[in-house]
Amino acid sequence: MLAVRIIPCLDIRDGRVVKGVRFQSLRDAGSPEECAERYEAQGADEIVLLDVSATPEGRRTAVETVCRVRARLSIPLTVGGGVRTIDDAAALLDAGADKVGVNTAAVEDPSLLTRLADRFGRQCTVLALDAARNLEPSAISHQPSAEIGNHRSEITDRPGYKGAFFGPASEALGTPDSAQATSGKQHSVLGRWEVVTLSGKKRTGIDAVQWAKDAAAAGAGEILLTSWDRDGTRSGYDLDLIRAVSSAVQVPIIASGGANTPDHLFEALVAGADAVLAASIFHDSDLTVGDVKRALAARGVEVRL
Amino acid sequence: MSREVWIIPTGTANVASIVAGLSRAGARACLSENPREIEAAPFAVLPGVGAFGAAMERLGSNGLGAVVVSRIRSGAPTLCVCLGLQLLFEASEESPAVRGLGVVQGTVGRFSGNVRVPQFGWNKVEPDSECRLIAPGHAYFANSYRVTSVPGGFAAAFADHGGRFVAAFERGGLLACQFHPELSGELGIALIRRWIDACG
Repeated sequence: MLAVRIIPCLDIRDGRVVKGVRFQSLRDAGSPEECAERYEAQGADEIVLLDVSATPEGRRTAVETVCRVRARLSIPLTVGGGVRTIDDAAALLDAGADKVGVNTAAVEDPSLLTRLADRFGRQCTVLALDAARNLEPSAISHQPSAEIGNHRSEITDRPGYKGAFFGPASEALGTPDSAQATSGKQHSVLGRWEVVTLSGKKRTGIDAVQWAKDAAAAGAGEILLTSWDRDGTRSGYDLDLIRAVSSAVQVPIIASGGANTPDHLFEALVAGADAVLAASIFHDSDLTVGDVKRALAARGVEVRL
Repeated sequence: MSREVWIIPTGTANVASIVAGLSRAGARACLSENPREIEAAPFAVLPGVGAFGAAMERLGSNGLGAVVVSRIRSGAPTLCVCLGLQLLFEASEESPAVRGLGVVQGTVGRFSGNVRVPQFGWNKVEPDSECRLIAPGHAYFANSYRVTSVPGGFAAAFADHGGRFVAAFERGGLLACQFHPELSGELGIALIRRWIDACG
């Protein structure tokens, strides 16, 4: 059985690790290769590097950073941020990335996912999906769907899944408003999030769940699902978002945005995530990756220790 | 002196990870498209990320497919990774019109059942008692296709993702891994090291 993946995320700007709240107020958190190496030693299952540089010079630095991190890492490395073309992706893969995440450019041109998958394989093609809660359902436009039959609704055999601990699959997958719903009000899960791009600066009006389906059909082999509302807030993942997206697609989901405690990670896994990504929880050395994994193992989750 | 391991070009993307993994295992990676160099290489790696059909086309056009077959028939030390393992078989559901190298009998199929595809992550590998190189533990997989058995004569290890599948197999100098040893932390590095030491 697959173990769940615990994935520390390093936001990189100009060759340094930074971390902010809702993609803003960035502060320095160390050297990428040292952070990555430390996390691997702690038991990280994968590392995600997100380049948040704003300039072409910063982007070139990112490729060099990937080279340095790769040389010291013997676990998978996913790199995203500012990838717009096949050539951008090729440069990162050549430098040592194993997977490349695309966000804004894929929203603007979904065929980018297809071209990446054709050239490098779905295994290398990750959709970075930033989603924000939209409290006005009428504001959401329903784009014509390019769905090609990849809408399996029940993945019952998930990483680390143990029915005795997680309850029946139908409870954990896609059921709106189970016990952990945050507002306590009854509402429909679908259509409650819109895709945001340009590091949260642009709200696109595109339905996030539908975009996840379309992107998986177009060639994305994995979805890195970030709640824009929760990012850096340490208030827990957006569990409804995880439920909605993970039950809509067959590809694996990495949940991101809001982790502060092992309980938060556990809740995200119960909600349907195959992997959980966190940054501030690890950067500030509140807990090591190993601490988190042992806490999850104690609750019956299959982890690699 | 470090051992030299030739990487066989299949037009794949994660050569940097293979090079880094070999380096950590104490070997030096060499890149060549020259069939004679690959044929004579003390050690060779057939890596693989991407599609079955595209990789077979590349191996057919550069003449390296025949070299891989000859290395495996003669027992020359050859490490096949992920798609590299799948290419050894006769065919794959991924590219039904394309013939594989056919040096191992069988067909590669897609994962079935209600599981995430691609399989991304660390799965528990359990070797049978015949395995000399492959050890038990979690290894990193990134694949949508797999084989469920290998013919007699190979020692094999298995893992489970919606059913049992072949995680790796070995015979003489051949070590074929569905997982990525270069991305499997200490377990992977140690495996590469054992393969080199056993064949050296």
